[in-house]
Amino acid sequence: MSLATCVPLLRRSGKLAEFHSTLFGDSLNPVESADIVVSEGLCFGYGRQLVLEDVSFSIPEGESLCMIGPNGGGKSTLLKLMLGLLEPNRGSLSLFGKPADEACKQVGYVPQAVRFDPLFPITAIDIVLMGRLDRHRFGFYSKQCREVSLQALTEVGLEEFANRPFSDLSGGQRQRVLIARALACEPELLLLDEPTANIDLSVEEQFIETLASLKEKMTILMVTHDLDLISEIGDSVLCVNHRVHRHSLPLSGETIREIYSGVRRVEHDRRARHVHGDHSACDHD
Amino acid sequence: MEITPPVIMTEFFDAVQNIPLIRYALLAGIVSSLTFGVVGSFVVTRRIGYIAAAIAHSILGGIGAAIYFSRVYEIPWLTPMMGAVIAALLSAFVIGWVSLRAGEREDTIIGAIWAFGMASGLLFIHYAPGKAVSLESFIFGNILLTSRSDVIATVTLGAIILVLVGLFYHKLVAVCFDEEFARLRGVSSDAYYLLLLAITAISMVLMVRVAGIILSLALLVLPAATASRFSRKLWVIILVSIGLTFLYNTGGLALSFELDVPTGPFIVLVASLVYGLSFLLKRLVK
Repeated sequence: MSLATCVPLLRRSGKLAEFHSTLFGDSLNPVESADIVVSEGLCFGYGRQLVLEDVSFSIPEGESLCMIGPNGGGKSTLLKLMLGLLEPNRGSLSLFGKPADEACKQVGYVPQAVRFDPLFPITAIDIVLMGRLDRHRFGFYSKQCREVSLQALTEVGLEEFANRPFSDLSGGQRQRVLIARALACEPELLLLDEPTANIDLSVEEQFIETLASLKEKMTILMVTHDLDLISEIGDSVLCVNHRVHRHSLPLSGETIREIYSGVRRVEHDRRARHVHGDHSACDHD
Repeated sequence: MEITPPVIMTEFFDAVQNIPLIRYALLAGIVSSLTFGVVGSFVVTRRIGYIAAAIAHSILGGIGAAIYFSRVYEIPWLTPMMGAVIAALLSAFVIGWVSLRAGEREDTIIGAIWAFGMASGLLFIHYAPGKAVSLESFIFGNILLTSRSDVIATVTLGAIILVLVGLFYHKLVAVCFDEEFARLRGVSSDAYYLLLLAITAISMVLMVRVAGIILSLALLVLPAATASRFSRKLWVIILVSIGLTFLYNTGGLALSFELDVPTGPFIVLVASLVYGLSFLLKRLVK
């Protein structure tokens, strides 16, 4: 990642940082009505080892937050907790003032496209229609569901690909179909898991444009390592490594370099650098 | 003008008109091609062929147990068919539960159920009093042994499967494609996965009747596998598999009768050949 890619990040005027340094026992704080996601003192582990410890942050409505951090730092776990697929061991995590698993209807989730069986016989529109499953009982999808789904495909620029098999689409198109599926849920919060991880550089710009247009309409939280994406879409950054720290944008070039050099080092030698959520590489309080 | 069937087939058409057994076999073949085409497409798409195979083998356990208990305790209503359905559903739920909850490797439990079903079936049949049970028709199948009650069972179970798939088609597809996302949309993914396994289990019971325990998997999987070489749309695959299964069942029955060869192996051989040819054909088309 060269410094040149960081330049737009510096130019961009970010929203005011809402740094909630909520610490232990701070749960008496009144929940701000504008906060869509509120996490307080959240701990989670698979078995004995804690993956996330004392995680406190909040996401105000309309913000675009990017989650960064080393592999194994707990980004995906945090995403799963927010989707209600996992339950926190301690602390609380609420979306729209409800526990995460009750709020999932208001959330649109975009997983990574590489996860799917490329031979699965299904068309783009049929995938998008899955976003309407909660409004569907049995038999055929309603006409309204079809209209909303086609609209969602149009929004990501793939309306003419509606009846193409998933396997015929490129990596970028597949990822956009999955975004359309999340949009068909008519969500208030969009969660994306490394949306540009498997996309050719040639189509990435177009892809970022799609996301930028969505940013105006809803709150977005995404896991990403893509500095272009962060600079174009992100309002602030959540560094997740066992614990979390929030950075507001614009960040200084120095900070970005330090975070990312930290991340890079961590990927090679996690134990030595980022043990127990050591954020020494991050420039924050 | 009267249409005369090809000379070679006259014997078969005579038999259809005069022998009820042949009529039942033909009817069972036609009806089950609908069920097998639909279920086979799901099994191939979701890649659970080996689960279907394990269920098929567990069926012998159910058949054996039903024969043993009905003879020892004189329970006349406990038919081999009923034992087969119970054993198939039971093993489907065990495999499903283990892969969803218990964290054991799925292939391990598949192997265990597979062998356990065969072993318990062989023992039950060995110790069953009364006249000796011929294993051959269970293991290799014999569509010509189809009785009137078999036809009724085939139609009833087939209808149940088709109605269930028809009602929950989109949910089943969604759970097969992306179980996690379906759950987020309020679909109980685990329940639908178990439903899919249950449907597969009942199909295997019907299938064992036609092709036997060992060959039934081929008849379930090969038509859908052939179809999915030419289409990437599930409903097209389903329709083509129904068509192919229909051809295999009826054509196989007629030809094997004419040529006087065992029906099950003959049908499976034809299905395998067509599947093999589909590779060749695809290459030629390209």
